[in-house]
Amino acid sequence: MKNRKIDLRYFPGFSPLTWLCLFLLYAPLIIVMVYSFNDSTSITTWGGLSLRWYSEVFYGLEAEKFKTATLNSLVIAVVASVTATLIAVMAATAMVRTGGFRGQSLSFALINLPLMVPEIVTAVATLIFFSTIGFTPGYLTIVIAHIVFCIPFAYLPIAARMQGIDRTYEQAAQDLYATRFEAFRLVLLPLMTPGIISGFLLAFIISLDDFIITNFVKGAGVETLPTAIYGSVRRGIQPNIMAISTLLLLVSIMFVTLSYLVGRSGETPK
Amino acid sequence: MAAPVTSPAKSSDGIYAGLGPRLILPTWLVIGCFLALPIGIMLIYSFLTKEFRGGVVWEFSLAAYDQFFFNRGLFGDEAPTLEWTYITIFWRSIWQAALATLLCLLIGFPTAWFIATRDPKTRSVWLFLITIPYWVNLLIRTISMKFLIRDNGPINEFLLAWGVIAEPIHMINTDFAVMLGLFYSYLPFMVLPIYSSVERYDFALSEAAADLYASRWTTLRHVILPVVKPGIIAGCILVFVPSLGAFLAPNLLGGAKNFMIGSLIEEQFKGNAGNWPFGAAASMILLTLVMLVLLLYAREQGKVGVK
Repeated sequence: MKNRKIDLRYFPGFSPLTWLCLFLLYAPLIIVMVYSFNDSTSITTWGGLSLRWYSEVFYGLEAEKFKTATLNSLVIAVVASVTATLIAVMAATAMVRTGGFRGQSLSFALINLPLMVPEIVTAVATLIFFSTIGFTPGYLTIVIAHIVFCIPFAYLPIAARMQGIDRTYEQAAQDLYATRFEAFRLVLLPLMTPGIISGFLLAFIISLDDFIITNFVKGAGVETLPTAIYGSVRRGIQPNIMAISTLLLLVSIMFVTLSYLVGRSGETPK
Repeated sequence: MAAPVTSPAKSSDGIYAGLGPRLILPTWLVIGCFLALPIGIMLIYSFLTKEFRGGVVWEFSLAAYDQFFFNRGLFGDEAPTLEWTYITIFWRSIWQAALATLLCLLIGFPTAWFIATRDPKTRSVWLFLITIPYWVNLLIRTISMKFLIRDNGPINEFLLAWGVIAEPIHMINTDFAVMLGLFYSYLPFMVLPIYSSVERYDFALSEAAADLYASRWTTLRHVILPVVKPGIIAGCILVFVPSLGAFLAPNLLGGAKNFMIGSLIEEQFKGNAGNWPFGAAASMILLTLVMLVLLLYAREQGKVGVK
């Protein structure tokens, strides 16, 4: 009996199911990528390889619309994610480094509130709020709404990173007559950099990704890339949408890979 | 509450001590003013009178909730009976979200187990592969799914070409399509929490079970599942909650017949219905449902005991 060798970690069927999971996650994306190179005006029939839909995206009828929308999306994402990251760094320092204060657990709940409230509810509440205080929907309302839901995404990697950094570094700095602010700026902040960068990148993607909240708080004139794409898709999927999707897909993957690599490169020095 | 771990030596907290309230202030201002306060105002709106073509009249009224739950006939003068239209929409949403969660669990658990039992290097690559799709724009993922399952989409073309089917399978604009879309949207949310609880599982327990002649599947049911249960529950919540209020999957894949909560609410503000108090009331009901689920979860977590 002693030498029976059973791998207790093994379950028949789990490995094929994992591959199925991977297949299900990627197949739709890969098929859209492939069809974006389709040289045919119909999205159904295959007419050989071509880049015509990409040139349609950049020079075609809807090119101007998508260019403006992309620019809007980028500006909003940069402003929202930078602001959210700043707020998140301060919040993380308060939560992790000050040794507790009154209302700390309530603050923790507040940071996570945007994650708990369903997006559609956030969208409705924000729209009603802006309409009550008489804000005209536009850039500003979109940016404010984006900052709110970006904060928890920026906060998570930043706080996790800060928890991993030993307090003795800052204490050493203070023993050498650094002020609190100097200890923060010259010691904690550099050690925090990877966490801050991944927090920023995640917030950036989340902002770029948002459709439903933006759709509620945007004015009549302002479109972001997702709302512009949604507007086009409602009239049916055109091949140029597949080219745009592929481009956006690659951008997202690039950002996540970057965030992953940065997060890994800066594994805490022990 | 997972309050951050404070270090044992109180003196080491000295450096930023007392700065807490000032550092947390921006968070309170932003999330407090632009999310917590708006939710409060939304609650008030749900008790106001509607103005035609959007907006409200500041006059107290229970009309929104009345419309949600009761049917008083075309002219509002009949004896109230229970109104099923909106309850059905909510029920369908709950049902669809539950089915999607179940499907995610069936695929997600084996995946999480498989990944957690690889060697550490391979693990991180697998995890990375599972997370990537989550970061891809949800709208684009939903469009991809729509493209895939059309009547003359790649799936049907493929099956027709191979002679598996004679007629295209009609999938788009069905309940099945919505469920598939929700499953596809939130699958990574199921894998990650289960993975982290399997990763902490002590295989000595499996060995002990095997020594006592438990079969593989008996061990899974009576030893492994109870231990990794917190991860499974967390995964189910992370899939179920966003599925319940989802807008894109039901809207793009479900069509007009397969209304879910998200579309119902959206129509009150962006669509033709234009009834803000009713939209606010429906949002409050959805929010209450979600908070109930989260509260149950928090209580369950409290019982299990967080290490």
